Amino acid sequence: MIPFSEANSIICALLIVLVPLAPLGLAFLNTGLTRSRSAAQCLLGGLCLMAVAAVAYFAVGYCWEGFAGAPSHTVQAGGASWDWIATRAPFFRHLSWTGAPETYAAVFQLVVVGMVALIPWGSGAERWRLGAAALATVALAGFNFPIFAHWAWAGGWLAQLGTGFHLGSGFIDPGGAATIQAIGGLSALAVVWILGPRRGKFPSNSPPAALPAHHIVYALFGSAVAFIGWLALNALAAILFAGAPLSRVPLVELNTILCASGALLAALVVTRIRFGKPDASLCVNGWTAGLVASSAVAAVLSPGGALFTGIVAGAFLPISIEFAESRCGIDDPSGGVAVHGVAAIWGLFAAGLLTRGTGGQLLAQLVGIATLLGLMLPGSYVLFWILNRILPFRTSAEGERIGMDLHELGAGAYPEFVLHSDEFLPR
Amino acid sequence: MRLAGLGLLLSGWIVAVAALPLLPSGGERAFFITAGLIVELVGLVLLGRAHRAFEGGRE
Repeated sequence: MIPFSEANSIICALLIVLVPLAPLGLAFLNTGLTRSRSAAQCLLGGLCLMAVAAVAYFAVGYCWEGFAGAPSHTVQAGGASWDWIATRAPFFRHLSWTGAPETYAAVFQLVVVGMVALIPWGSGAERWRLGAAALATVALAGFNFPIFAHWAWAGGWLAQLGTGFHLGSGFIDPGGAATIQAIGGLSALAVVWILGPRRGKFPSNSPPAALPAHHIVYALFGSAVAFIGWLALNALAAILFAGAPLSRVPLVELNTILCASGALLAALVVTRIRFGKPDASLCVNGWTAGLVASSAVAAVLSPGGALFTGIVAGAFLPISIEFAESRCGIDDPSGGVAVHGVAAIWGLFAAGLLTRGTGGQLLAQLVGIATLLGLMLPGSYVLFWILNRILPFRTSAEGERIGMDLHELGAGAYPEFVLHSDEFLPR
Repeated sequence: MRLAGLGLLLSGWIVAVAALPLLPSGGERAFFITAGLIVELVGLVLLGRAHRAFEGGRE
């Protein structure tokens, strides 16, 4: 159990107030990147899913996750002990509200589990029915997220790779790059595969159609708000799950800023070279990709290492979005698969590659990445495939044509909105 | 193709994790963990191609 001082408690209480800005910023970012006909459903749906995720996590999610040092089930295999699931009571009944770190961790995760749900929601925007998304969120928040969070954050088998198999300090995920971002990004991939693309996105015998974001200022505003939340998220997670002392918080904040800045500038340069002008939506996604990567490295790398990680994440982001769309046929309006999935996996790899020490840390990170790709992705896919059979994910063709605002909410987000066709310069 | 992709993803993970208790040497472990990741990447490509084919069929 991590020793917790009065100062730790005060800082944690302050940071926990700021953390919700990260998912709220993401909700605005998603909304800005969709078309106007589904904007209100996207933002309202985002808030609803955060609420559903919080309730599902409160009811059952925390049972499977627990906290480091709390009772859990282990399996003996291959001469080793594998801690795979916690044994806490539903509805937070085990928690005593005395300011112990476990209580801060529980409340922190009640907030960030909404972020996990928002990532696939943005990727499936404009064709994912809210009711079906809520059902998928129950599965994500009640099962997928807490199981992996137990393995990485709560003393599970991934966290114990260091003591059990001499792999550095075990799998390290100090800011939730794997637990929050990669789980969300890979779930987004499963969702877009199951949903299929929006109508008109991939016309026959011609390149993918551009379906431009309706409000780039929303997206920029959302990314700015998310930045504040991310500073708090990285610092709080480092204190709670990596045992970072308060003296390390300024370094975590510095690394977060450097990683995001490097990513934004790299995305700006790459899109300037690629398209002749910087692309605002790709730059905002580059900035977010830097924040995602920072969750893996901010608490463990030097400022130089964090800046390098951000530059690579930002430079690779426009390429991976273009590759996913044009080569893989993935229609992802918010770019969630690339921003949260690819950038998080890069950050986790960089955390192992650039950490001083033996190669054991890199191997631990690779085992964590292999678990995300080889177990969590197929697990999410099969789970969503079953849920899609119970409650179809995709809206009707008519619903998609008139937009999700009119179809699901009965009113548009912008009743007096006029679209000017000369807003988009040819490239 | 979808089932093959899912199977390869899971197999790659089993290869990577099985290397931990079965292989004590760092070099052998690194080899098997990398091999597991490569199997997973092949599975990912197969799964992606299966969905691309599905989309083309629906169009």
